[in-house]
Amino acid sequence: MNADLLFYLFAALTCGGALGVVITQNIVRMAFWLILSLGSVSALFFLLGADFIGAAQLLIYVGGTVVLLVFGVMLTASGPYLQIKTSAADGLLGACVGGLLLFVLISTVCGLEWSELPGHQNSIGAVAEGIEGSTLRPLGLAFLGLRPDRATPGDETSGKLATGYLLPFEIISVHLLVVLIGAAYLARAKRRTVSDDHGLS
Amino acid sequence: MEPVGLNAFLMVGAIMFVCGIVCMAIKRNAIGVLMGVELVLNGANLNFVAFARYTPFGLDGQIFALFVIVLAAAEAAVALAIALNFYNNHLTIDVDRGNELQG
Repeated sequence: MNADLLFYLFAALTCGGALGVVITQNIVRMAFWLILSLGSVSALFFLLGADFIGAAQLLIYVGGTVVLLVFGVMLTASGPYLQIKTSAADGLLGACVGGLLLFVLISTVCGLEWSELPGHQNSIGAVAEGIEGSTLRPLGLAFLGLRPDRATPGDETSGKLATGYLLPFEIISVHLLVVLIGAAYLARAKRRTVSDDHGLS
Repeated sequence: MEPVGLNAFLMVGAIMFVCGIVCMAIKRNAIGVLMGVELVLNGANLNFVAFARYTPFGLDGQIFALFVIVLAAAEAAVALAIALNFYNNHLTIDVDRGNELQG
């Protein structure tokens, strides 16, 4: 019961924050609504039993990405009397298209019968009682290439374990390095070249 | 009332996704568009972790969510560098003013 109340609270905060991001016209206020929304998503992750993902979400998104966005906002600030506003017609059109898309998504979700999947569980209260709630060790082992909880697909009797995620882990590490070098190069402070007129050299 | 199930989390994810898409479409500030991208990615992450919890998808959902978080951070860095360059060259962050395909 408590878990359900917490879910409704954080779901309301998440959706309210997301709507706040869309509706606000002030860019700094959008950043703070985004912080509220992403923090509530982290709480939803904890309710789903994903403790490491919840902590990583807080660290990386709220503590990193949103701070980066606020830096960007402050570095590209317009003059104090200039307001970039979306016109009302654009806003209405966007709202209509968004509403239609939301209707399609929700009707698809509700039209499917998830409980026919084998192994389906029906409430998040079961998380608090049953499993130990620690995902850090299984996640770490999976990134090292071991899946102790799963046999090789299609070959369940031989005792071989399924492959892990070592290769994507390495690819993502290199990808991060390359992206950060590229971004640092793109955003470097450029030396202004003063045009000098040489005399006869 | 019935206990919270998979559908509830998927609906929250859908609402975040749609808010992100609308934000990407109607905001004129380039950083506002980037905030929309963050909302979209978080809606998808919520879907992944919900499926990891409620279906036999299992730990794979959480691993994909971690990959999405890492890639979203990398993409936010590059997109902000581009936005800063755009601002330095045009002295405006309004995406509606970026309509010339030259230098």
